[in-house]
Amino acid sequence: MDPIFLKVLLGTMLLASSAAVVGAFSYLKQQSLVGDAIAHALLPGVVLAFILGEGRHPVYLIFGALVAGLVAHYGISYIQQRTKLKSDTAVSLVLSTFFGFGIMLMSYVQRLGQGQQAGLERYLLGKAAAITMLDVYTFSGLAVLLLVGVGLFYKGFQLMTFNEDFAHAIGLPVGVIRFTFTVLTVLAVTIGIQTVGVVLMAALLITPSAAARAWTKSLPAMLGIAALIAALSAAAGTLISSSIAKMPTGPWVVLVLGVLGFGSLLFAPEKGLLFKRRRARAHRAKTLRENLLKLLYSQEERQEKSVQLSLKGMMEIRAMRDEDVRRGLRDLKKRLWIVERSSTSEAHGPSYGLTEMGRVEGRRVVRLHRLWELYLTERLGMAADHIHPQAETMEHVITPEIESLLIKELGTPERDPHQSLIPYENE
Amino acid sequence: MEKSIEVHNLTVSYHSKPVLWDVDFTLPKGKIIGIVGPNGSGKTTMLKTVMGLLKPDSGYTEIFGEPLDNVRERVSYVPQRESVDWDFPADVMDVVLMGRYRKNNLFKRITKEDRRIATEALEKVNLLEFAHRQISQLSGGQQQRVFIARSLAQQADIYLMDEPFVGVDAATEDAILKLLRDMKNEGKTVVIVHHDLQTANEYFDWIVLLNTRLVAAGPREEVFTKELLQEAYGGRLTVLSKLGDLIGSTEFPLREPDFKEDKPE
Repeated sequence: MDPIFLKVLLGTMLLASSAAVVGAFSYLKQQSLVGDAIAHALLPGVVLAFILGEGRHPVYLIFGALVAGLVAHYGISYIQQRTKLKSDTAVSLVLSTFFGFGIMLMSYVQRLGQGQQAGLERYLLGKAAAITMLDVYTFSGLAVLLLVGVGLFYKGFQLMTFNEDFAHAIGLPVGVIRFTFTVLTVLAVTIGIQTVGVVLMAALLITPSAAARAWTKSLPAMLGIAALIAALSAAAGTLISSSIAKMPTGPWVVLVLGVLGFGSLLFAPEKGLLFKRRRARAHRAKTLRENLLKLLYSQEERQEKSVQLSLKGMMEIRAMRDEDVRRGLRDLKKRLWIVERSSTSEAHGPSYGLTEMGRVEGRRVVRLHRLWELYLTERLGMAADHIHPQAETMEHVITPEIESLLIKELGTPERDPHQSLIPYENE
Repeated sequence: MEKSIEVHNLTVSYHSKPVLWDVDFTLPKGKIIGIVGPNGSGKTTMLKTVMGLLKPDSGYTEIFGEPLDNVRERVSYVPQRESVDWDFPADVMDVVLMGRYRKNNLFKRITKEDRRIATEALEKVNLLEFAHRQISQLSGGQQQRVFIARSLAQQADIYLMDEPFVGVDAATEDAILKLLRDMKNEGKTVVIVHHDLQTANEYFDWIVLLNTRLVAAGPREEVFTKELLQEAYGGRLTVLSKLGDLIGSTEFPLREPDFKEDKPE
C-alpha cells in the first residue's frame, strides 16, 4: 500500500475514534442533537476562515470552527434559558440559521471562481482523498489531545453526565468541566468533518456509542468499543471512497456505521433483539417439555403405577397441537427423560413413559404448580377456582431459589388448595 | 444550642415564580431533622438552595456558621432517586466511588483508600454483595441505598437527603432509619426532606414545617401540634399563591435588583 495513503487511512481512523469518544458523553447526556447542530453551525466558521485565511492552513480552519461552534453552543443555551422555546426548537433554529449562512458564504466563494471551492466542498460530505499531509498531522495531533483531555476529565465528565447536581454539591468546578466538554465537542466535530463532513457528523458522534452500549455496561469499555467501531467505519469509508473517483467519504463511513449500529442492536448479547427472540423460543420449548412431563407424571399419580401413553392418548388428555407434541417428545427423548416403546397396536403408534430422571422433573413441575396455587390463595387471597391459569404460567418460571423461598414461607405445606398432595423429593 | 444550618430571610423562585418566601430558621447539630410539608411547599427547593444548586432572590444560608464553600467537604447531599438516569453504564461500586470525588482529586486516579472507604460504606447499607451489579438492575430500595452509600463515602458531618424513603420497601426503610440513628449517635446531623406526616412524627427529633413560608421550626413535640399541622397542610394559602402566580406570569422582580440584605459581619 502507498505509504502516503496508509498515513491518510490511519489518520482518518484516529480522527473518527476521537470524535466518537467525545460524542459518547453527548449520547449519554441524551443530547444527540446538539452535536448535529454544532456540526452544521461550523460551516460558516470554516468558510470564513477559508476566505480570511486566504488558503487552507488547518490552523485557520480549527480557529474558525472553534469560534463558530462556541457561538452556536452558547446561542442555543441562551435561547433555552431566556425564552420559552423547547430545546429541540432552539437547536433547530440555530442549526438551520448557521447552516444557511454557511451555504450562502460558500456560494459567494464559488462565484469568486479560482477553482478554490473544490477544497471547500469536502467539508459538506467529507473527502478523505483530498486531505493533505499537513491536515493529517495537524488533526491527528488534535485527536490525541482530545483523547488525553477525555482521560484527564474522565471523572468530571462521568459525574456531569450521570448526576450534575451531585457534582455541584461536592464542589467540583462544574462550570470548568462543562466548558471543557463544549470545547472538546467543538474540536471533535472539527476533526470529524475531515472524514464525514458537516452534514453527516451527528452519525459519527452518536452511532458508535449507541452501538457500543448494546455490547457493554461499563463506561470505559463503552468508550473503547465506540472508538473501535468508529475507526473501522472510517477505514472502510476511506478505502471505498478513494477507490472510486469523485466519491465522498462521509456517506460510506456513515453507511458502515449504520450497519454496525443496527447489527449491534440485533446481535448483541442480552440486549440484542435476536438474543431476546432466542430466549423466548427457548422458554416456549421448556414450557412444552414441562407440560408433557407434568401430563405423564399426573397420570402416574392417578393410576399409582408407571404409565405408557401414545401421542394420541396424550392429546386426548390435554389439547395440544400435533406438531408441538411431536417436537416436545423428540426433545424429551434426547434428554433421556422419556423412553419410547413400540406399541402392540399399529394404529396408536409408539407409546412413551417416564424415566426416573423424567419423573423427578415431572414431580418438580407439579410441585411448583401446587405450591404457587397455595401461595396465591393463602398470601394473595385469591379464590381457589381462579388460580389454575396463573399457576400454569408460573410453574415454568419459578427458579429453585424462589422454590425454596416458597416452601419456607408456606412452611413445607402438605396439600394444595384443591387438596392434592404436594410431591416432594424423598431424601 | 450548637448550630448546623442557618437560613436567613430566604426567598427563592422558580421561573420567577416564588417558591419560598422569607424563610428564616436555625437548626441544631447532632439531630435527625425533618423538613416536612405538603407537595409543592418548597421542601426540595429549600434543600437545593442550602446546597448552592439554586440561587436565592434574597437572603442567605450558612452551614456550621460559614458559607457553604468553606465547608463543602463536611456536607453531603443525597438527591432524589428519580433525578438520575439509572440506565447509565456504571456498577454500584462506580457510583459509591463518586462520593470520594473532590475538587482537588478531580484529575487523579481513584486510590486504594477511596476503594476501602467505598467498600465500608457499601457494607453499612448492606449492599456489599451487589458491588459489581449494574445500577440498572437494582430495585428502588437498592438504588436508594446506593445513593446513601455514596453519601456515607463522603465522610461528612452533615447529611442532606431529599426524600430517601420514597419508593422504598419496608425492610429498606427500617435499615435506612437504623443507619440514620447510628449516624446521629456518632454526632452527625441528618436533614431529611419528607412528605409523609404519619412517619414524620416517629422519625425526627426536630421538624421544620414548611408551606412556601415557614410555618414552624423546633423540637418535634413543639411543632407537631394540631394547629400548626393544620396551618401547613390545611388548604393552600390562597393570597400567597395567587400573588405568586401573578409575579410568575408578569415577571415582576420579587425584589428591586439593588435591594441587598444586610449580612451581619
